[in-house]
Amino acid sequence: MRTAFFKLIRLVVVVFIVTFLSFSMLKLQEATTGSTIIEKIAPFGSPAAKQQLADSLHLDDPFFVQYGRWLGNAVQGDFGLKYTGTGDNATTGTPVSTIVGKKLPVSIELMIYAQILALLFALPLGIYTAYRNGSRFDKITNIVMFAMLAMPAFLAGLALQLWAAKNPNAGFPTQYTGVDDFPLTPFTGENFKQMLLPTVSLAIAQIAVYMRLLRSDMIATLQEDFITTAKSKGIPARRVLMRHAFRPSSLTLLTVAGLNVGALIGGAIIVEQIFNLPGIGDELVRSILGSQVIETQAIIAIIAIIYVLVNFLVDILYTVLDPRIRHARAIA
Amino acid sequence: MSPRRRRSNIGTERFEPAPLDGPLLEVKDLKTAFKTPRGLARAVDGVTFSLERGRTIGIVGESGSGKSVLSRSIMGLLPRNNIVRSGQALLEGHDLVTASDEQLRALWGSQMAMVFQDPMTSLNPVMKIGNQITEVLRQHLDITKDYSRELALALLQSVGIPEAERRLNEYPHQMSGGMRQRVVIAIAIACGPKLLFADEPTTALDVTVQAQILDLLQEQQRERFMAMILVTHDLGVVASRADDIAVMYAGRVVETAPTRTLFRAMSHPYTEALMRSIPKLSAPSHTRLTAIGGRPPDIIDPPPGCKFSARCPYVQDKCRTEEPPLLDSAEPHHAFRCWFPVGTPENRAALEANQRAGLASAMAMMGAN
Amino acid sequence: MPVQSPDGGQDVATALARDEAASPAFPNPTALAMAAVEADPGRSTKKGIGVGGWLSVAWLVLLVLVGVIGWVTDQKFPGLPDPRNDVGDFKLGMFSSGHLFGTDGSGQDVLSLTVNGTYASMFIGVFSVLAGFAVGGLFGILAGYFKGRVGAVLGSTTDILLAFPPLVLAISIVTFLGNSLLWVTVALAIVSVPVLSRIARAATLSWAEREFVTAARAQGAKHGRVMVKELVPNVLPAMLSIALLGIAVVIVAEAGLAIVGAGVNPNTTITWGSIINTGRDDIDSAPHIVLIPSIVIFITVMALNYLGDALRAKFDVRESAL
Repeated sequence: MRTAFFKLIRLVVVVFIVTFLSFSMLKLQEATTGSTIIEKIAPFGSPAAKQQLADSLHLDDPFFVQYGRWLGNAVQGDFGLKYTGTGDNATTGTPVSTIVGKKLPVSIELMIYAQILALLFALPLGIYTAYRNGSRFDKITNIVMFAMLAMPAFLAGLALQLWAAKNPNAGFPTQYTGVDDFPLTPFTGENFKQMLLPTVSLAIAQIAVYMRLLRSDMIATLQEDFITTAKSKGIPARRVLMRHAFRPSSLTLLTVAGLNVGALIGGAIIVEQIFNLPGIGDELVRSILGSQVIETQAIIAIIAIIYVLVNFLVDILYTVLDPRIRHARAIA
Repeated sequence: MSPRRRRSNIGTERFEPAPLDGPLLEVKDLKTAFKTPRGLARAVDGVTFSLERGRTIGIVGESGSGKSVLSRSIMGLLPRNNIVRSGQALLEGHDLVTASDEQLRALWGSQMAMVFQDPMTSLNPVMKIGNQITEVLRQHLDITKDYSRELALALLQSVGIPEAERRLNEYPHQMSGGMRQRVVIAIAIACGPKLLFADEPTTALDVTVQAQILDLLQEQQRERFMAMILVTHDLGVVASRADDIAVMYAGRVVETAPTRTLFRAMSHPYTEALMRSIPKLSAPSHTRLTAIGGRPPDIIDPPPGCKFSARCPYVQDKCRTEEPPLLDSAEPHHAFRCWFPVGTPENRAALEANQRAGLASAMAMMGAN
Repeated sequence: MPVQSPDGGQDVATALARDEAASPAFPNPTALAMAAVEADPGRSTKKGIGVGGWLSVAWLVLLVLVGVIGWVTDQKFPGLPDPRNDVGDFKLGMFSSGHLFGTDGSGQDVLSLTVNGTYASMFIGVFSVLAGFAVGGLFGILAGYFKGRVGAVLGSTTDILLAFPPLVLAISIVTFLGNSLLWVTVALAIVSVPVLSRIARAATLSWAEREFVTAARAQGAKHGRVMVKELVPNVLPAMLSIALLGIAVVIVAEAGLAIVGAGVNPNTTITWGSIINTGRDDIDSAPHIVLIPSIVIFITVMALNYLGDALRAKFDVRESAL
């Protein structure tokens, strides 16, 4: 329990530093690119509106005061605005928190789908090729996986998009063109159509990563003495594989998959871009293109916080899963 | 149906029980070779012995003598790829060498079991002890989960583990080496096998614990009337615990005899060398340890003649060209593989000749007689 | 298994990569990808790197040559139409006369674009990894060698950097600091520093325990000398294969950045990513614009992966013989 406490402390510290860094970058870019924040977020605003904005944002306050204010607001869920007005209305916009609230679920859903798909293929393939190490199936699978590894998400995405364009009868849209809220409910036709291609694009490389990890761990585990012991007890091969070999071998895979949960939320950015999915990554890009630096920085901070949180949870989960670590820490 | 039984899904590939006369295990000219890029490595090169029910045979040899391969080969635990086996290993008349995987699986755990060398690695680290025992029970016996736990508890107690109830839910790393080995033994004897292989069961343990484990094995063997094959490099281990001893060198049995006979009338130079290398309490302190000079022969491309000739203090030309066959001695059940066995006048003459010629291994014997 | 520390005597690179990827505190998909590529046991101990290896080397050498020429001629490869100025008809298909790979939406020759873009993409790939190596490697070796306070501080710094999802970090750097070729390289270098330093630290940790290091110190060698003469030569080979994999990841990352609009400024520099990005709009009518640079990236990544894998296998054989 003590270590969990320390980890929590560390988590909080890291969150602080992460938000601080993202905030600093925001201010830094004034120095390096020369244009002010106001110019970026409200280029079409009237001078009066710009002045109003500058006042309301307290941009002249000392750096740490600004950061403190930002942090204070963020804790309450106020991440500022995405400015959409022009002229005198340049001070108006939509709260970032609202936008994030709508877009984050899309990314999360995409990430969950991609993970499920990847594990669905990687688990059986990894186990079987480890068991039949060196067989023809194993060799062929390895070559295929090697190619799949070289297939980054954007390549797969573009390829699939092309296929969808050339095969309209299949019913998959090349991009999301909806205006209303994205159809989030799983197992509906619309959700399936919109999500399938992006999911597959993300999953292709992941399948290869997971499968190779699992396979290599399984092969190593299968050479361990306790597998021979299990065999010598008369236990059938399938049970040895699943009950004895898989559990110790799955730890790395689980950790990696867990970490991918955090990583994919940010990393799905490209796929979201390609398929025009209204996820948080896509929103990040829009904010960049629209020079909405306040929103950009907020999204970066949010994604980073999620990432940090997920990693922390994986760390805890890891301790729970491996009894050796649990007891080693208890003794230590 | 009795409440202690459950629907059986155990495979039906079993051997019919064999008649109770005749030895439990007969190994006939068993050979096991590994395919390597350099050629065929003959780890076991023609081993023959038989084992009666309830008796213990000790197989003694140094690393690389093939003793571990032998036990695994008899049991059938070696992988199938790149391994060539010939000969027979008859368990109650059924040949293990040609048995199918299914047949072997029905035998493993229930008719024959093995206690492995390193208890640290031979237990599943992420599985509770209790489950590792009940697993083998439920695999071969038609019993309920609860009953299997009762049996597991009783087994742990019978191998001398204190607080057995608590241990059932613990993991291997929470126990000491000696205790882990007791668990391994419990797992091995769980289904009452007729034949137990103990492959260097105490090598990885503290000296203080070794005797306890060996005692435990012996006690369990007697209580359950198991035959045991005790594989070790340490003659001291088998001295008081084996009925018969087979000394292995370079994949062959070079001497075999009942224990007392062996210690009283050993005939093979290698056996003698092993005996000498045991440190003796009665010797003054700082006495040099007697090692056997030289190294084991190459098992892929072995030299002709007797395999021990390179290290033997009594070697003569005949030894280098002709391999001695396993010959019976005057003593009952005693056989050895040597042209100039220890204790014979020819042997002494050979030694003196070698000492005059300055042969290193013979020189090392000067003053030791 | 992540529980055990990497045994210096076996498979250092795999252990490193896996230790890296599995370490619970803030790792990195880059490392995950590397771990996956590393995770291929059962490699045969053939001498040399095989046909595939040599093909990969040939391809990479070709790329380097093309890149150098592109650099020297300021992205106006001789013999090919000037990609920016010499425009032909829009969206010509593949194998049209005068344009082997067709043209893009602005009439620029795709072959020329791809060839000229090689320089920038390779530049980013190689130099960001090099920089990341230099800085990260230094941090890592120091952290691994000195452990204690220094190690903890350095370790924490890289942990913080690792707390950012790498793509997001790169995007923010490029957005906030500038999108010239240099900045993108720096951004990707910064992103790879933590991973490389972690790997260097793990490698150093497993080597520093070895006897020959203690022996060197016992002979009075100073820290610096020990690090340079004893550790670096042993850590380097493992890092080399990781470097190759890293280049592959960075090249892909660059294309990714371009797609989300945070890539190198397309008006000043051509990269494979920029070609892909401009071609995205016409993907259904003129897919070759996206396809050609994508295929080039794909082949390059395969080559780098293969070579990285082969080198790792070679060096591991030597390691386990130790």
